[in-house]
Amino acid sequence: MKSRIPVVLLACGSFNPITNMHLRLFEVARDHLHQTGMYQVIGGIISPVNDGYRKQDLVAAHHRVAMARLALQTSDWVQVDPWESEQVQWMETVKVLRHHHSELLRSLPQTEGQDHGRARSVAPTAVPELKLLCGADVLKTFQTPNLWKDAHIQEIVEKFGVVCVSRTGHNPKEYISGSPILRRYQHNIHLVREPVQNELSSTYIRRALSQGHSVKYLLPDAVISYIKDHNLYTRDSSWKGSSTQRNEGKTD
Amino acid sequence: MENSEKTEVVLLACGSFNPITNMHLRLFELAKDYMNETGKYRVIKGIISPVGDAYKKKGLISAHHRVIMAELATKNSEWVEVDTWESLQKEWVETAKVLRHHQEKLEAGSCDHQQDSPMPGKPGQKRKWVEQRQDFSQKKLLEPKPKDVPKVKLLCGADLLESFAVPNLWKSEDITQIVEDYGLICITRAGNDAQKFIYESDALWKHRNNIHLVNEWITNDISSTKIRRALRRGQSIRYLVPDLVQEYIEKHDLYSCESEEKNVGVILAPLQRQVADANS
Repeated sequence: MKSRIPVVLLACGSFNPITNMHLRLFEVARDHLHQTGMYQVIGGIISPVNDGYRKQDLVAAHHRVAMARLALQTSDWVQVDPWESEQVQWMETVKVLRHHHSELLRSLPQTEGQDHGRARSVAPTAVPELKLLCGADVLKTFQTPNLWKDAHIQEIVEKFGVVCVSRTGHNPKEYISGSPILRRYQHNIHLVREPVQNELSSTYIRRALSQGHSVKYLLPDAVISYIKDHNLYTRDSSWKGSSTQRNEGKTD
Repeated sequence: MENSEKTEVVLLACGSFNPITNMHLRLFELAKDYMNETGKYRVIKGIISPVGDAYKKKGLISAHHRVIMAELATKNSEWVEVDTWESLQKEWVETAKVLRHHQEKLEAGSCDHQQDSPMPGKPGQKRKWVEQRQDFSQKKLLEPKPKDVPKVKLLCGADLLESFAVPNLWKSEDITQIVEDYGLICITRAGNDAQKFIYESDALWKHRNNIHLVNEWITNDISSTKIRRALRRGQSIRYLVPDLVQEYIEKHDLYSCESEEKNVGVILAPLQRQVADANS
């Protein structure tokens, strides 16, 4: 019986702030991959974007990392990784994938040099695959001119793979069929249907907070407390950053 | 408007809560923000009243579990709590009667200025509410005003509003009583459909000032039906229901193909009652 391919899911984005919808992405993606019978999801990583991305209203990375950490306190398989946010400048998603993939390989048990002299075939440890986890809105941004480098899109779908969760108002099959690169590697793009339609977004959260409205049950209580304690996302605190998006679409 | 001039409101949500979800809990938050922002109301409490087993809805698991899950879900809420009165009745109770029960309870509570025994519920939560009431009671000693009793209003989604049109499901006098004596706060995405529904009903139209339509700008389609389906298919329900509820469901293996078959072929209690009334 063919054994399953181990997979780690990596979600890049602003997480400004993290919401239950982001957390759901991991759950539905894992269920989907398991139900194909081909994969075993062994971990999840949330990688908040660097402040250098300069998206409007982006609060400082250390806050976004702290909130994600609080949100993941009760998760036994997903964690936040601040590496991307701690770099000197913003970096393309493909570089984040490359970094985490090499970290993954480095953490594998070493099997070479164990059997000096003994001629015996050792079954290789299955190499885990690192896949980009995102919503359908991100897949759509592949089409935006100058947002992504073509070579990067290709590397992402060819070398890594994408797990794309549906979102209201988006038709990911259409995005794939409209792009030669995506079409060629569509076997490596897993489209996941989220049966629970949810238009929840960080933008909605920020707006609600600035209007003094409750956001309870849309994101973990611990994150709400953090936001209140640090006075984030109030009407006065929205940072007027550059309104032009630099490169690459990012999940809210 | 001064706080003392505002009408105090208690939001009552009736339903199966089979199981309770984050969407149910959101209804309270949206309604509270809306009512408070009108400047005319001050929402002081939310009550979740799970329906009794005698309702006989398909797939309805025992009230015991549904109550506990609702309690776990509201553990971290400062103002929403669970009331078991309806679920403990042997027969199914019409919603209008549940509203009346809670309104009478509030009226009885406000007559008693020296309120020592807190109402049933979690001490921490209730203490806040009781303190508020006692403060208010102090003022009342000076100027007793009958209109200061908090008003119970029915909190619901558009599905409940539109179920008024289902033949034999509701007694017309109950619908009238609900909108006339109490009031309805309906959270809906399709505001136009709901308005049209009200317009097309004489009873609702007459009391339209007592029907508050609250727009839910983002779809949050976490229905209990979908939760149960996901569970049957071995899919995760994390982040759709509070963590404590998810753990409880898992620990007790509550929802399965078998549980979904419960009450199959049994007539829903309100429909049964309409038939019985017609025959008597």
